[in-house]
Amino acid sequence: MLSEAEKPTAEFLDVAIWRGNAKRGVFHSYKVPQLENQTILDVVSYVQRHIEPKLTYRFACRVGMCGSCAMMVNGRPMWTCRTHVDRAMRGIMRGNPLTIEPLRNLPVIKDLACDMSGFFEKWTRAEGRFHPTRTRSEAIEAISPDSDARKAANEAIECINCAVCYAACDAVTGNKHYLGPAALNRAWTLINDQRDGGRNLRLSAVSGKGGCHNCHSQQSCSNYCPNELNPTMSITGLKRETTKAALKREI
Amino acid sequence: MIGVRLYLAQRLSAMVMVPLVFGHLAIMIYAIRDGLSAAEILSRTQGSIFWGLFYGLFVIAAAIHASIGLRVLAHEYLKIGNTNLNLLTGLIGSGFLILGARAVIAVTL
Ligand code: SF4
Ligand code: SF4
Ligand code: FES
Repeated sequence: MLSEAEKPTAEFLDVAIWRGNAKRGVFHSYKVPQLENQTILDVVSYVQRHIEPKLTYRFACRVGMCGSCAMMVNGRPMWTCRTHVDRAMRGIMRGNPLTIEPLRNLPVIKDLACDMSGFFEKWTRAEGRFHPTRTRSEAIEAISPDSDARKAANEAIECINCAVCYAACDAVTGNKHYLGPAALNRAWTLINDQRDGGRNLRLSAVSGKGGCHNCHSQQSCSNYCPNELNPTMSITGLKRETTKAALKREI
Repeated sequence: MIGVRLYLAQRLSAMVMVPLVFGHLAIMIYAIRDGLSAAEILSRTQGSIFWGLFYGLFVIAAAIHASIGLRVLAHEYLKIGNTNLNLLTGLIGSGFLILGARAVIAVTL
């Protein structure tokens, strides 16, 4: 027979949401009606609509496209619009609440909303910008989808800028200069873009004190990326190409 | 906090150390198998250019490798900034180099 503590908690879900600002914050407890098919974002939205109208959080598309809804759920970074409560609670002892916090490694603005500007600045610092080699009056260069370079670029291209990998990365926690998995993954797609003319500029940009060489290759980023990208592999590619360029004294 | 040059130095020193570590282990096991005394070992290493080079190279590679590794730890865990970090890397590297060189000189000269 089940003990009192082991009995299912009827229809209410115990939720602990972190609320606060850049300086301090605490967990607030809420009871949210449990549904059969419920995402973490549904839970947060329920709290904001019915219990705590001042709760601040971000979302836009609700279908895993925009990358704005990422949070720490039970201590792990996730996209909340496509993570079901059931899945997030797997492995969590009965009686423990569902905890929701702002993303790690980013400054908090309020409650669950983080300041993403540092994250995006690093994309610029990693030379995540396309450097065109042709003008608009020239014909568009034909790129074979079968070329190795294009295949490598395609493998890494479906990034939604959600910063889940950035929150999962201990190198980011330890080294504030470190560009992080997302920016470096972006740089790798451009290194493999045959139309791009900024190769050496970019290889230098990812070789400084916050560059790709500061990655410890522990693959936390790849483990948590909701789009199943592999930033670790992209970073390994960058390490290889920067090494070659440095040996040839190109950077 | 390392750039491509320190990264390369750490990788190259690791590559140098791999065969040296195995060589060192193999020789150690071989040399003491019948209970060789320190005096007997010294009689073979003293005056030997080969062992001088073998362990000299080992010490240089280890000093480079370890000082860069500790540099990363010092930055990530102790938050030591650029200037002090360079100083610390140099200090640790030269420390290991001096200690190692003393040992090499003691057994080969
Ligand atoms: S593999 Fe590199 S980028 Fe990915 S989480 Fe680890 S240190 Fe960060
Ligand atoms: S690489 Fe993955 S986890 Fe990182 S920002 Fe892009 S989609 Fe998100
Ligand atoms: S709301 Fe757009 S990815 Fe979750």
